[in-house]
Order: sequence, then structure tokens, then C-alpha cells
Amino acid sequence: MSRPLPTCREIFAFLADYLDDALGAEERVAFERHLSVCPACVAYLDGYRETIRLAREALADGAEVTPPEVPDELVSAILRSRNS
Amino acid sequence: MSSLPAPASDESPAEAALVARLRAGEEAAFAELVKAQGGRLLAVAQRMLRNEEDARDAVQDAFLSAFRALDRFDGAARLSTWLHRIVVNAALMKLRTRRRKPESSIEELLPTFLEDGHAAQPSVPWRDASEGELDRRETRELVRRSIDALPETYRTILLLRDVEELDTGEAARLLGVTTNAAKTRLHRARQALRALLDPHLREGGAP
Repeated sequence: MSRPLPTCREIFAFLADYLDDALGAEERVAFERHLSVCPACVAYLDGYRETIRLAREALADGAEVTPPEVPDELVSAILRSRNS
Repeated sequence: MSSLPAPASDESPAEAALVARLRAGEEAAFAELVKAQGGRLLAVAQRMLRNEEDARDAVQDAFLSAFRALDRFDGAARLSTWLHRIVVNAALMKLRTRRRKPESSIEELLPTFLEDGHAAQPSVPWRDASEGELDRRETRELVRRSIDALPETYRTILLLRDVEELDTGEAARLLGVTTNAAKTRLHRARQALRALLDPHLREGGAP
């Protein structure tokens, strides 16, 4: 006997676990059965996944935000304070 | 005297040599390390603190902590990874000492549901935000502004986990909360950020 489909509320609550592959086998099947009949939850999940990707892309190294070199005066300050 | 542990397999020979020179107190080795890693660490501190002076202070604090803890560096992680964790921690300490502003609520950015468990506002798909250089640049700006608009607690966990790529357990430890609390906070932060981006990225939405 299969369990009843989870609600949208339950799907939203377990999104992160689903993406982390942290759901049990049965829960995962139920989760995916809900997705197969609920385009709105699929859209929410896709946007959630995209949000994580965009956050990384906007801020992580390589996103033209990294200063190429540490300023000389900071290098000197660090080396001075080591010896003080 | 054999006080230096053997280099672990993860440690490159060049890195092991640098660590040995640092432990021997060689001045040039310290300068080399600061120059090689400082810029990257400064970028980490800048994105966490959003203030140049605080970021420089955090990097300085981080290097001093690292110099003092060199004997405890066991080579299990890369030197760069080890320093990254130290600067993240230094930046968090700095965040804590800043005057705390009352945080705005995140509730209004979280999804709501009908009594039967359906989403109150059904989601629609997003357009592809990675088409074209201009679009990509504008999207990056939008995402940065939106992350900055999150209440500090949520902004911090999102940075630790999704940008600095710490695992949830480590982020929880640095924040002094349980792993479950960190997981919940992260999930809410992502949902809130998604809500802020949604009007701009939904198909047929504002550019």
C-alpha cells in the first residue's frame, strides 16, 4: 500500500534534504511522485536550486570580486604585528 | 629533535616546505604566505563584512591566529583551506562585535500555504538568466543586492554554506548553533532569497 502523496507544504519543507540526497528511499519516491503531478512545486524546486547556483556565481571567487593582490600596507601591517 | 610531523598525503611538497620554513620562523616565508593567500582571504572577509577596514582587520587577525597555531596545522587539509576557515572565523567574530541592529523579519519572504497544504501562490518557472554577458552581469548585481537585503543572520548562513562552501556541521559549529538550527536557517535564507529574485527572474516578469 503506497502512502498518500505529500502536500506542497511538505515538499517545500524537505527541498534541501532532497537536494542533499538526504531523504530515505521511500520519502524520495513519494517526493518525486508529488513532483510528477505538480508543476508549481517543480518550478519552486528549480528556482530554489537556481538560487543556490546564482548566489555562488554572484559572490564566490572568480566572480570578478577578488582583488588580485593584497595591498602592500596590509602585508606590512601583518608582518609588523607578528613581530610585536 | 623531530618535532615536525611528516607531511600528510594531501600536502604538496612545496606546501610542506613552506610550512617547515614558517615553523622555523623564517621571515621571508611569512611574507610569501601573506602575499600568496592575502588577496583571496581579503575577498572572503570583504564579502562577509562589506566594509574594507573591518575586512582588513579580520585578515590581519586571521594571519596572526594562523601564525600562532602553525604547530597545530597537521597537513590534513590544504594550507589554503585551513587559512580560509580561520578568516571565516575571524570575520564572524568581527560581525559579532559590531553593534547589533534589530533584524527585520524574514517571515514575509517565506512561502505560505492554504489549509489543505497547497502553496498559496503557485510558483512559475524562471527564465534562463545565464544568456548573454549583459544579462549575466545584471543578474549578478541583482543577486548581490538581494543577498545584502537579507537579515544579517540569514545572510551569514547563506554565505557560509552556499558561497564559502562550508558544510552545515562546520557552519553550525562556527555560529554556535545546532546542526538542525543551521539547516533550518539556511533553508529559510534560500527561500527568502528565492522570493526576492522571483519577480525579476520569473518568465514574463520584470527584467
